Amino acid sequence: MEFDLLIIGGHLIDPGFGFSKRADLGIAGGKIARVFEEGQLNKEEIKKYLGDRVIDAAGAIVATGFVDLHVHFREPGREDKETIMTGSRAAAAGGFTSVCCMPNTQPAIDNQETVKFVTSLAEKGDCRVYCIGAITKNRAGQELSEIGDLVKAGVVAISDDGDYVQNPEVMRRALEYARMFDIPVISHAEDVFLAAKGLMNESFQSAKLGMTGRPAVAEEIAIIRDIKLAGLTGGRLHIAHVSTAGGVEAIRRGKAEGVKVTAEATPHHFTLTDDLIGERFDTNLRVNPPLRTETDRQAVIAGLVDGTIDCIATDHAPHTDEEKDVEFDQAPPGMIGLETCLGLAVTELVDKGYLTLLDVIRKLSANPAAIVGLPSHGLGVGESADLVIFDPEAEWTVRREDFYSKSKNSPFVGRQLKGKVLATIMNGRVTHRTRT
Amino acid sequence: MGLSTRHLLQLEGAPREDLNLILDTAESFREILDRPIKKVPPLRGKTVLNLFYEPSTRTRISFELAEKRLSADTISFSAATSSVKKGETLKDTVRNIEAMRIDMVVVRHSSAGVPYYLTQCLEANIVNAGDGAHEHPTQGLLDIFTIRRKYKKIDGLRVLLVGDIRHSRVARSNIWGLKTLGASVAVCGPTTLLPYEVERFGVDVYTNIDEAMEGVDVVNILRIQLERQQAGLFPSQREYTNLFGITAERLTRLNPNYTIMHPGPMNRGVEITNEVADGPASVILEQVTNGQAVRMAVLFLLSGADKRETDLTKTE
Repeated sequence: MEFDLLIIGGHLIDPGFGFSKRADLGIAGGKIARVFEEGQLNKEEIKKYLGDRVIDAAGAIVATGFVDLHVHFREPGREDKETIMTGSRAAAAGGFTSVCCMPNTQPAIDNQETVKFVTSLAEKGDCRVYCIGAITKNRAGQELSEIGDLVKAGVVAISDDGDYVQNPEVMRRALEYARMFDIPVISHAEDVFLAAKGLMNESFQSAKLGMTGRPAVAEEIAIIRDIKLAGLTGGRLHIAHVSTAGGVEAIRRGKAEGVKVTAEATPHHFTLTDDLIGERFDTNLRVNPPLRTETDRQAVIAGLVDGTIDCIATDHAPHTDEEKDVEFDQAPPGMIGLETCLGLAVTELVDKGYLTLLDVIRKLSANPAAIVGLPSHGLGVGESADLVIFDPEAEWTVRREDFYSKSKNSPFVGRQLKGKVLATIMNGRVTHRTRT
Repeated sequence: MGLSTRHLLQLEGAPREDLNLILDTAESFREILDRPIKKVPPLRGKTVLNLFYEPSTRTRISFELAEKRLSADTISFSAATSSVKKGETLKDTVRNIEAMRIDMVVVRHSSAGVPYYLTQCLEANIVNAGDGAHEHPTQGLLDIFTIRRKYKKIDGLRVLLVGDIRHSRVARSNIWGLKTLGASVAVCGPTTLLPYEVERFGVDVYTNIDEAMEGVDVVNILRIQLERQQAGLFPSQREYTNLFGITAERLTRLNPNYTIMHPGPMNRGVEITNEVADGPASVILEQVTNGQAVRMAVLFLLSGADKRETDLTKTE
């Protein structure tokens, strides 16, 4: 049999079936055509595949391509920050083969036309791009969008991300209505009044800096309310970027009570804390929800460990240098995350003994895919060839000039990380190979 | 021996030696202010920019006079007439001005961290003249200087700050500086105007003013801003005055030889009565005079001018 691509020498980890073994893969027609057990593939056979058609994954992990439930690709509207093309290229560099775009574009993704626009642009991109539709028209928190229409156009979830649906009646109807389509409602859970114009977490750090704080309870109250509404309606709720100990606990309890609630955590919330802000007033540390205390960070990690938090999502939020090179309170909140995600997960979670590599891979692929109902690409024959190849031991330094994202707003520049993506394959096509 | 830093951004974390050096240097400059000719040459040829993005009368005049008395060339800039209104960024504004060869920048801004940000944009020495509710280090220093002049020490004194601690950069700079120098610090104000986890500043916290005054040597009364009431942080000015206003009757619990301070501008009849503000224990105007001496010391020390080569006994 003739293959389009051979991946040899790697160690396969399949999050779906849970197997972990040394094996080689033959890819053809965008699918995994054959799994060679160790030693089955002879050297003569391999020699037929020259140059780009063979990837030597010796010493590396071959796993299902990563799925990110939370990115901002800014197109349409702010193509100066990121485009579908640059964003999908950054995703590929981070090992992602599928991403879900939040609808806070200009115009918002609250109608079929915008979904079609984004989807058509993504056809030539380096990862699969799915849309999350707006819960309410123009994300204004008032009237429901035409959710049925959005689902028909292909949205996989709905969210007013960036804003909490402050009116509980509207949120109740959204959960109720979305149930018809079996899609999750993703909540950016921060009470608007309590978080107000806060620049950072409310803590002793904000007290010292004299900055307006966003209290942890703004998130906790918002999560608790939404879990109650999900319980009432039977709708599926997904909590975006959980950042507080109280939030994690509320989700843990919700799950125990049988509410259909899932949750994600970002690499920055399981890595960074609010005491860093006063050191250099780095505007790349301004993010919503804000970086919290060490207690919260530990609680987020505990949530990842016990399964309360189902997946890791980046909340990749590109902003230009022009927007970030200003006074702290003038900078828009958000940081990029796609290209540092795996490195942070390995460095902070695997290396420190909280999660196994298999856990991390699950939380980056099978789990998020299941939440939004994407096919969970395994490593069996016939599965779509959406793969990531990474070296969990490789150490590297994050450098500004290495980012594929159009924006460079990362607080991790200069940081030493362990765990590096070597190659990404989407639908049988090599979408990223690390320069060696 | 000079300062450990070339900028004055905050008193939090400032070494005791730096604080003492500034206070000692300020003594020499304070003496100059009582002379008929109040000008000395150490900053001759240096250019200082006063960059004020927030309204200020006292601090701005005080810095300008301090600079002039050190023979610096000064230029002042206020946001109201700047290119900020044309959409220029802070970074571009200051870089353009620095391109005209500025040596030192005194900055006031509503955003915490701006003085630090300027150290990343510019080569000049940066002096924080108030950044948001973060710090106002020269005000903290001048308050401490005023206390030290009267008591000849800081160590062991009890200082009470009253009012809107939460939004006060003056309070923060006072707390850090006083604690570094060994004072015991207490704060008192409505719970809605105290910072989150205020105890972690290492201060004693009161909401009853009469209890707070017990055994105190120095009371520093902060300005209460009307807009805080509008934001719903306390119900009315009347209630604030009843609960926290400093009246002559309330002074009886203080230690003998007590001192009344206020960084200004005062709301007479709100946080302080005339009787207290103008009473014998008030050093409010002395604070203003001392402010110049402290700012002269700060500018002088940051500029790197050598004290031994600068004969301060000679005026221009």
